[in-house]
Amino acid sequence: MGNAYFNEMYDGSEVRVPYEGLSGWADGMPAEFRSLKQTEAEALFRRIGITFAVYGEGGDPDRLIPFDMFPRVFAADEWRKLERGIKQRARALNAFLLDVYGRGEIVKAGQIPSRLVYRNEAFEHAAVGFKPPRGVYSHIVGIDLVRTGPDEFYVLEDNCRTPSGVSYMLENREIMMRMFPQLFQENRIAPVEGYPQLLKRTLASVAPDKCEGEPTIAILTPGHFNSAYYEHSFLADMMGVELVEGQDLFASGDFIYMRTTEGPKRVDVIYRRIDDAFIDPLCFRPDSMLGIPGLMNAYRSGAITIASAPGAGVADDKAIYTFVPDMIRFYLGEEPILNNVPTWQCGKKDDLKYVLDNLPELVVKEVHGSGGYGMLVGPKSTKAQIETFRAKIEEDPGNYIAQPTLSLSTCPTFVEEGVAPRHVDLRPYCLVGERIELVPGGLTRVALTEGSLVVNSSQGGGVKDTWVMAE
Amino acid sequence: MRLNVTHKTTYRFDQPIRRVVQSLRLWPSEFEGQIATEWNVDIPGSVRGSAFRNGAGDWIETSTVTGPIDEVMVTVTGTVETTDLSGVLRGHRERVPPEAYLRTTRFTRPDTALAKLAEGATKGADSPLKAAHDLANAIRDAIAYTPGETDSHTTASEALAKGAGVCQDHTHALIAAAQTLEIPARYVVGYLHAEGSIAEASHAWAELWVEGLGWVGFDPANGVSPDENYIRIGSGLDSVDAALIRGVSQGAGSEELDVDVQVSAADQ
Repeated sequence: MGNAYFNEMYDGSEVRVPYEGLSGWADGMPAEFRSLKQTEAEALFRRIGITFAVYGEGGDPDRLIPFDMFPRVFAADEWRKLERGIKQRARALNAFLLDVYGRGEIVKAGQIPSRLVYRNEAFEHAAVGFKPPRGVYSHIVGIDLVRTGPDEFYVLEDNCRTPSGVSYMLENREIMMRMFPQLFQENRIAPVEGYPQLLKRTLASVAPDKCEGEPTIAILTPGHFNSAYYEHSFLADMMGVELVEGQDLFASGDFIYMRTTEGPKRVDVIYRRIDDAFIDPLCFRPDSMLGIPGLMNAYRSGAITIASAPGAGVADDKAIYTFVPDMIRFYLGEEPILNNVPTWQCGKKDDLKYVLDNLPELVVKEVHGSGGYGMLVGPKSTKAQIETFRAKIEEDPGNYIAQPTLSLSTCPTFVEEGVAPRHVDLRPYCLVGERIELVPGGLTRVALTEGSLVVNSSQGGGVKDTWVMAE
Repeated sequence: MRLNVTHKTTYRFDQPIRRVVQSLRLWPSEFEGQIATEWNVDIPGSVRGSAFRNGAGDWIETSTVTGPIDEVMVTVTGTVETTDLSGVLRGHRERVPPEAYLRTTRFTRPDTALAKLAEGATKGADSPLKAAHDLANAIRDAIAYTPGETDSHTTASEALAKGAGVCQDHTHALIAAAQTLEIPARYVVGYLHAEGSIAEASHAWAELWVEGLGWVGFDPANGVSPDENYIRIGSGLDSVDAALIRGVSQGAGSEELDVDVQVSAADQ
């Protein structure tokens, strides 16, 4: 079974080119030194305060995501292709959003069933007919990818709203550089630390027409009890912008202002890490205490930019995912560079039959689920688990999609007994503003349990530093 | 018909509050059935802004009043020339696709009783328009106009179970019933000139999407389609989404609301 997976470091006994700089690195590491370094890494993560609360698992909500010191590496030419594919996808997703909140050409052309778009819960009435600055809806597109071969990548899902985890990309690198400076002298690794400034520039480039002079940017957080609060404050720090909660902002006249010690200051761009439903009680949920009353009116009158734009979620819905390759052809006139995973919609009769007949081989997910909850990994499940899940699917087929179990690539990982291959995925963060930018890297998640294919941090996954070798 | 409107909404707070922010939907829709010859929205002490037309065609504006203040008064006065279009919303510019209204909210979520009523009422209908009329009539028959039996939180299914309600309940129930037949439907707010018939502060009715005609209004509370006695202001998914005024007040204490609407026909 193990040989069926693509090992990113070893081709038989040969070390693949991008990993040459790491050949012998871990093997030559004495056990005591390794455990010392692991302790040091944990202490560093604790000190900077990067923790991730895990939903629904109980226990310590402030536990660390395990950090694995063995880097995951891409060659420059591998990355070039990935980069083109990711940017292509980010462009198409934004073109789709601009279209469905405008003229709806892709629906009229019969490329995507109208019900999947207009009856989608993530389709916002309030966003219809307003074109955000530069026509951009999703300013930070997180694309979850897996690798199955030397030249084979699949997109698992798109995240067009508020993809989290970029702070891990930055901190993992920072900590690796501190602990193993030598590695970074011996290898030419493309830097990722420019991300916060690139994000700031991207957000500034989508300032509204009514903005005068240098745009004022703020990050809107639901507060310190949110699991990603660390990331919100980290990004605000690194970008040199204010971190605000709803109560720090208020509407007056045409604009939204931030309370500061020097008096009210007009805000031009909000990078919000709050769901649509909560950003404005005058437009969405009236009981929301997290938002700013009047924000949506200010946004739709062109006084402030909201990133991501309200309604962007309709593009990353799992039912829409199937159509992303069609979007790429429709809007860009190009062939998709990255593959979609073949997907069966349980809401369709034929698909449902196939899925129910082949459950032991498939991965089944809830259409609106995330975080690795509510999913079935057929090959890793017991008969009883499969039967329980079968009942759930039969009860509400439209709520499920299924995909083949992919042979996720592996990367060497530190384990109890030394170093062993473990399955990995990748989430790069593509920035869309006046230009489309991608820092060379992303967040690599690793399934630490032997044989496991679930990399979600909420299901015991860890993270790795991701290297892209410089040209 | 020329209709004069005076609509006063007064919010009184038992303790002075710091701020009030309101989203106003208070301007007459623009379509062939009506034209406002004069229209004013006055809120003493307010800062107004963030004005725009939304995707459903409504004019929206933000109003903020900074305190301490113990009263906010919104006064709407104006004159509208109306024409009877038998409920058809002809010439209205909007961008939201009708199919996007095939969704429910906590107010309009249908239950089996609503689905049954919808199915039974439209059995003999030979056209979409006839079906819409039959549906509106069935809702009127099933929910007796009875003020005081329901409140602003009552849902469509609750009102049907009670068999009693006001225009808000009729409208929610009609929308919910239409949803079960896959007919796009929405909540409409406005004013009604009503001599002797049902006249509430401001009025609500439903619009159903009828293939070939577009959006058509149905007022189940009065058993008619909107005519020259109606002034249309705007629409939404339910009473909260379509509200004339949505507001948030910041401060302690409680709020008392007083609404006074006068709609009269001008002498010709």
